[in-house]
Amino acid sequence: MIKVESLTKRYGGFTAIDDVTFTARPGRVTGFLGPNGAGKSTTMRIMVGLTPATSGSAEVSGRRFADLPNPGLEVGVLLDASAQHAGRTGREILTIAQRTMGLPARRVDDMLDLVSLSKTEAGRRVGNYSLGMRQRLGIATALLGDPEVLILDEPANGLDPAGIRWMRDLLRGFADRGGTVLLSSHLLHEIEVIADDLVVIGEGRIVAQGTKAELLRSAGTLVRTPDVHLLATALTDSGLAHVPSAAAATADALRVEADRELVGKIALNAGVPLIELRAADGAGLEEMFLELTADTQPDQNPEGAAA
Amino acid sequence: MTTVAVEPEATRATRSAPATPIPFTRLASVELRKSFNTRSGFWLLASIAITALIATAATVAFAPNDELTYEAFATAIGFPMSVLLPVIAILSVTSEWSQRSGLTTFTLVPRRSRTILAKGVVAIGIAVSSMLVALAIGAIGNVVGSAIAGVDTTWNISAIEFSYIVLANTLGLLVGFMLGVLIRNSAAAIVGYFVYSFVLPTLSMLLASSQDWFKNLQPWVDFNYAQSALFNGSMTGEQWANLGVTSLVWLVLPMAVGLRMIMRSEVK
Repeated sequence: MIKVESLTKRYGGFTAIDDVTFTARPGRVTGFLGPNGAGKSTTMRIMVGLTPATSGSAEVSGRRFADLPNPGLEVGVLLDASAQHAGRTGREILTIAQRTMGLPARRVDDMLDLVSLSKTEAGRRVGNYSLGMRQRLGIATALLGDPEVLILDEPANGLDPAGIRWMRDLLRGFADRGGTVLLSSHLLHEIEVIADDLVVIGEGRIVAQGTKAELLRSAGTLVRTPDVHLLATALTDSGLAHVPSAAAATADALRVEADRELVGKIALNAGVPLIELRAADGAGLEEMFLELTADTQPDQNPEGAAA
Repeated sequence: MTTVAVEPEATRATRSAPATPIPFTRLASVELRKSFNTRSGFWLLASIAITALIATAATVAFAPNDELTYEAFATAIGFPMSVLLPVIAILSVTSEWSQRSGLTTFTLVPRRSRTILAKGVVAIGIAVSSMLVALAIGAIGNVVGSAIAGVDTTWNISAIEFSYIVLANTLGLLVGFMLGVLIRNSAAAIVGYFVYSFVLPTLSMLLASSQDWFKNLQPWVDFNYAQSALFNGSMTGEQWANLGVTSLVWLVLPMAVGLRMIMRSEVK
């Protein structure tokens, strides 16, 4: 169980985290979703006591992280897989953690097996590791103390498709056994396949949270037409809110806050031909997310494609 | 319902008792391991023994027969050591930031002061034991060297003199440690150490030779000057007072500032 309440972090005049409140519950995978620079990592660093909060609180298993007597046994943390002494071998890094937590030495071999790092690989210095291997080692370190809570920052980065699948199954199993998983990502689809609950953050604020089912529930109607302008006028005349659909790849789609039948009738009355008319399943979340990321990811708009 | 709730616990094989605080001895042993288990750390420690051997061999080969005393060996071995020990102390602290391993270290042990204290204890332990090793290497050199030269073996360092040398080297190491804590960047802290122990003393010496008012003040202001008395083998009450005052200003106060900064800083 992770409980974050009214967490705020300011750097001088800049507010990195603004009144963030959410709970990650046991038995569930909570996806922490947001574009790069939204404040995911800062929030996670505050949770584990690496960054002091300006105000608010974060509790893990009912206590402040800093008050846990031996945190590694209760919370597995992976914030940055590359943050390791490049001159140490993978096995040494695990051994240091194993000794710090006071665990039997065989845990190191168990974890190396679990994340499929061979004896040879474990004997190499992490400076020579690929990002995927570092992520595996980081996950091994996080799981070493057999914790009840996992806090993972972008753990899928650098993993190949098989690795992503492996990690998904691992986290699913962890949550099914009663564990709490909080993992961050800037990729909606990556989070969608694994998370039960979603917390969406943008520019330091929570913009949406709830179960995945709630957030992905039908959000109005998606309609495509060759004559967007005419349809938009007709919809406005009928008093229906509509926005260009960012989720559709083409510019000829609108998302309307009304059911399909009504939108169809309006189009018929206006004499606008339709190409597509369907429930906008999950489009609400995706559009919200794309809006959040539009500013930070230039390759999202066609003009920036060269960059 | 209860069986479902119990099942996850049953899979937690390693959980035997509720978590107890991590004992300090364990932290110290982990920090000791960390100072050996990288290539750079290992060779840095090995270099103490290697330079001690080279210095001993050089003394045997080049020192005039009448100067082939234990003190000559101790001086030859002591110089490289007085440079290497502070570097070891600096890196033990700064590598957590420069190599970013602090992310894991301070997550596993959120009370940073405990880890820093463990590092300090380990650094002092390494310093004292390497000086004992150097003492032994120097003794062998003295016996072998005087036998080769055919002169009497001269043992002109007393236990008290040796303990002063240990104290002086430990202070030097603590200066390095303090700079590591204060600056938290390997390169900058090492540069800082050389400024501290080579540039400042030179400036102080120049000032003392040209300005009379500073000449009397120097023992109370210049940390290195105050330390150098330790190498003369005897200390007056006033010299101890000089050492105490300068240590407070140049070592204890900046260390306190550095520790406070470490407790509050962000680990990224």
